[in-house]
Amino acid sequence: MYEGAVQDLIDELGRLPGVGPKSAQRIAFHLLSAESADVTRLVAALTRVQESVRFCVTCYNVAEAEQCRICRDPRRVDDVLCVVEEPKDVVAIERTREFRGRYHVLGGAISPIDGVGPDDLRVKELMTRLMNGAVTELIIATDPNLEGEATAAYLARLVGPMGLAVSRLASGLPVGGDLEYADEVTLGRAFEGRRRIDA
Amino acid sequence: MYLRHLQVGDFRSWERADLALPPGPTVFVGRNGEGKTNLVEAVGYLATMSSHRVSGDAPLVRHGAGQAVVRAALRRGDRELLVEIEINPGKANRVRVNRAPLPRPRELLGLVRTVLFAPEDLSLVRGDPTERRRFLDELLATRTPRLAGVRSDYDRVLKQRNALLKTARLARGKAMETLDVWDGHLTDLGGQVLAARLRLIADLAPHVAESYAGVAGEGADVAGLGYSSTVPLAGDGAALPPDAPLPGVEELTAAMAGRIAERRGDELDRGMTLVGPHRDDLVLHLGSAPAKGFASHGESWSLALALKLATFALLRAEGEDPVLVLDDVFATLDAQRRSALAAVARSAEQTLITAAVIDDVPAELRLTRVEVGEGVALVVKESVAGESVAGDAVPAGTGGQP
Repeated sequence: MYEGAVQDLIDELGRLPGVGPKSAQRIAFHLLSAESADVTRLVAALTRVQESVRFCVTCYNVAEAEQCRICRDPRRVDDVLCVVEEPKDVVAIERTREFRGRYHVLGGAISPIDGVGPDDLRVKELMTRLMNGAVTELIIATDPNLEGEATAAYLARLVGPMGLAVSRLASGLPVGGDLEYADEVTLGRAFEGRRRIDA
Repeated sequence: MYLRHLQVGDFRSWERADLALPPGPTVFVGRNGEGKTNLVEAVGYLATMSSHRVSGDAPLVRHGAGQAVVRAALRRGDRELLVEIEINPGKANRVRVNRAPLPRPRELLGLVRTVLFAPEDLSLVRGDPTERRRFLDELLATRTPRLAGVRSDYDRVLKQRNALLKTARLARGKAMETLDVWDGHLTDLGGQVLAARLRLIADLAPHVAESYAGVAGEGADVAGLGYSSTVPLAGDGAALPPDAPLPGVEELTAAMAGRIAERRGDELDRGMTLVGPHRDDLVLHLGSAPAKGFASHGESWSLALALKLATFALLRAEGEDPVLVLDDVFATLDAQRRSALAAVARSAEQTLITAAVIDDVPAELRLTRVEVGEGVALVVKESVAGESVAGDAVPAGTGGQP
């Protein structure tokens, strides 16, 4: 145990995701020995995040204004909506520069063990968005794990009666990889989702 | 396959042990508590990533050490297989095969094949259904490694669903919307587990009947296997008739879904999943009666032994002899059973036997001994005449028994 302030800092850092007690200690001592300007910049960044970043009122992505950059962009199409779990998933899909529609961030996935049900996610808000009829296609891009699949199945069931085109992201072989290195679950999925080649 | 070299570090009582082993039978001999079983337990761990004696990994690590290591060189035909497992209790184990790390330790399952028979196996006949389900699922994972993944996904969905059922009791209605979704996942995976278990039992049953006849001798009842299921199609506990057509994955999934729908009220009341392979049981029969509750002590022993010998025969029939491990069992068997077991032990590519007293082990199995005592394990080969050949003694390691 260290003296008051240092230990407080280590404790706070240790509460961050992915930071264990050893890493927390390393970061704390790094900050102690860092230039005071660097530390000030970090503090300012943290303060600014807390003060100015909020969630977009439309899609619940992180935003600095009422609406996020993507919801404000008039060049994007309104008829395709992509549902993701977290804001970081929006960033991942944006990196592809393939998708020109809009997003909806659920804020997690259904997981009864963690006490997360549909009411804890932004499902009601999604349904409200779909009501006005502008969206004709829904792409469900939740994580390809059990919880993500359950969330996808639940949403598909829920929006089924609305007559939208609903799809789920494909899962299977990574591009540029070798078939022999794929694990059997992934390979099995790839078989299920195989595509006909049109000659 | 056979184990050519075994090395353990901080495993159970052993600080370090290092043994070069030949194919054929080898007897680990030493007084009680010297760590014979600990060595063969490490061999079993290579195959199942779990111990046959305890459910958690913590007791496997030597007191005071942070992690245990098991290293083995195995010979499969003309190829060598190097396996190294770091056992980290409470954390993920690390596994390397031929010096390359495996991304997921689970991928090791099915690679090293052992069949281990120990006094604990009496609980296969007399113990809870849990023991028999574990026996079935471990064998499934060895035969078809993909099913280890299916099984662990099933457990995960089961946990989620049980959590949901518990909260559903408090707030009925709201949670019901997602219950259907979990039901879909549970029955998909459950259907696969059921179909695989039924297939396995059908394949294993003739071997069990044959092994039991060999162990119990003339005039004994015929041993049979059945499956008792919470899912209607999967079995009512009666012995499976040979060559009966088995229901497929889709049929079993549908049957499970139907049964779950019927029992929804009960499930909500009890707050847990009542239908599925996690509530089923492997039923052992002797003649027309179920063995549990009816079999005598001797019959129970024979049946447990027959199950393990049948497992060995099944894996052998599929192409490769597993390493046969017989932990402290010869002393408890009568002459008939002893010679039946010795015949299989002699025929296996490699058999590892532990015994407190060397005279308990049939003479033809004693050609190679590992003498275990005072924290040291020493390999001693005997010439055909029965004399010790001093030159062949390999100083094999030093252990950490205080």
